[in-house]
Amino acid sequence: MSWTRRHLLDLQSLSAAELILVLDTARAFRAVGERAIKKVPALRGKTVVNLFVEPSTRTRISFELAALRLSADVINFTAEASSLKKGETLKDTVRNLEALNADFIILRHGASGAPHFLSRFARAHVVNAGDGAHEHPTQGLLDVFTIRERMGRIEGLNVTILGDIQNSRVARSNIWALATLGANVTLCGPSTLVPKVFESLHPCIRVSWDLDDGLRGADVVNLLRIQHERQRVSAFPSIGEYASLFGLTPARMAGVRKDALIMHPGPINRGVEIASEVADGPQSVILEQVTNGLAVRMAVLFLLNGGRQGELAA
Amino acid sequence: MSSVILEPKVLQRTIARMAHEVAERNPQSADLALVGIQKGGVALAGRLAAALERILGHAVPVGLLDVAMYRDDLDCRAAPALMPTEVAFPLDGRIVVLVDDVLYSGRTVRAALDALADLGRPRRVQLAVLVDRGHRELPIRADFVGKNLPTSTQQFVDVRWAEDGGDDTVLLREGTP
Repeated sequence: MSWTRRHLLDLQSLSAAELILVLDTARAFRAVGERAIKKVPALRGKTVVNLFVEPSTRTRISFELAALRLSADVINFTAEASSLKKGETLKDTVRNLEALNADFIILRHGASGAPHFLSRFARAHVVNAGDGAHEHPTQGLLDVFTIRERMGRIEGLNVTILGDIQNSRVARSNIWALATLGANVTLCGPSTLVPKVFESLHPCIRVSWDLDDGLRGADVVNLLRIQHERQRVSAFPSIGEYASLFGLTPARMAGVRKDALIMHPGPINRGVEIASEVADGPQSVILEQVTNGLAVRMAVLFLLNGGRQGELAA
Repeated sequence: MSSVILEPKVLQRTIARMAHEVAERNPQSADLALVGIQKGGVALAGRLAAALERILGHAVPVGLLDVAMYRDDLDCRAAPALMPTEVAFPLDGRIVVLVDDVLYSGRTVRAALDALADLGRPRRVQLAVLVDRGHRELPIRADFVGKNLPTSTQQFVDVRWAEDGGDDTVLLREGTP
């Protein structure tokens, strides 16, 4: 099959074949990253705008390097240093960027649905780099890429996502990709952060409020950062209590398969959701996720670049 | 409508002759390497390598090259599938024979030369193709040609390698692949 979308807004709407196409394409770009010359001319002459209305360092750097390695020109646009602070609307900001012939707009925004809104009028390709608590599609893609490269498959694997599910766009993107590709997903954490209603998203999803139960039989444990900034009310009494009930410590690892992968999108809170011994341990693939993130973002830009505008479906 | 251009026996003889020409042109055979362009050039590179080993008495390293990231039409078409590039030996100082099944516009070879340059600096690069069907759009020519075949742009050359599940014949067909 070939890629027909103009934008990457979410993983919920992608088919299994589309997900696999991105993952296969990313594999070729990971090999490019291992060469002495890590750059290819695929996006020569294109302009990529990183429009980060909500701050982020690692995702922006990853997209920036991905665009540079494809030979595109890159502009970084952050809310703090921009006219958005002066009251300009998102729509006007994007129109101005398009007047400079931007070909890609990578949008990070605090409001869920902001990239979808943008895609309705933008001539440029829109890539969602995280919108509110909705989705973070490239993070979901790099997580399933890492699992697939390590385990050789996604279908039938037991994947436990542990932590603040309710407020996490990473969790949602992971859930959609894993469900579409046939994994069994366990969502684990305190009941205040892991609502039972998540089970209604897809039959493959199970909610567990007990860590030992959530870890049992898992092939992959994907930890999420405890996001203080997205919690309106305190969902648990203290950081210490969270760490003792849901922190992944060496003692807890006794109940985890020896060949299971330990993942985390970063930045990690050592001693809170994950102990240093585990984060730096032999089962951790946390830094490999960072390397794979670059390859996945190159693949996304490469695929979206195909086809003349207007010839492809939205 | 289609007509057989090379049947299996003739294909085998053609490849054997090409291998002899490569060996004759390159007396410093220790520096020789073959690089097959994905996807049609891979099978031919493997066959040429086997034939060269019989002629030279030593193995010739073989690499695979995917040129999709180097194409000049990436924003005019759906993104092409990417296949592995595997060159497990240093290219610097080597005599590299680029191998493809069909030479047509020359644009694939142009992309391959760029891709190759990103992997190293060969001393010399030569080009071997099974079929040269004409219609060049760039100043590129092959050093070793299995068969020169006059075609129209309304036709295409269908190389059906046994390695890819085919019957080892080359057909000239009407239309586009």
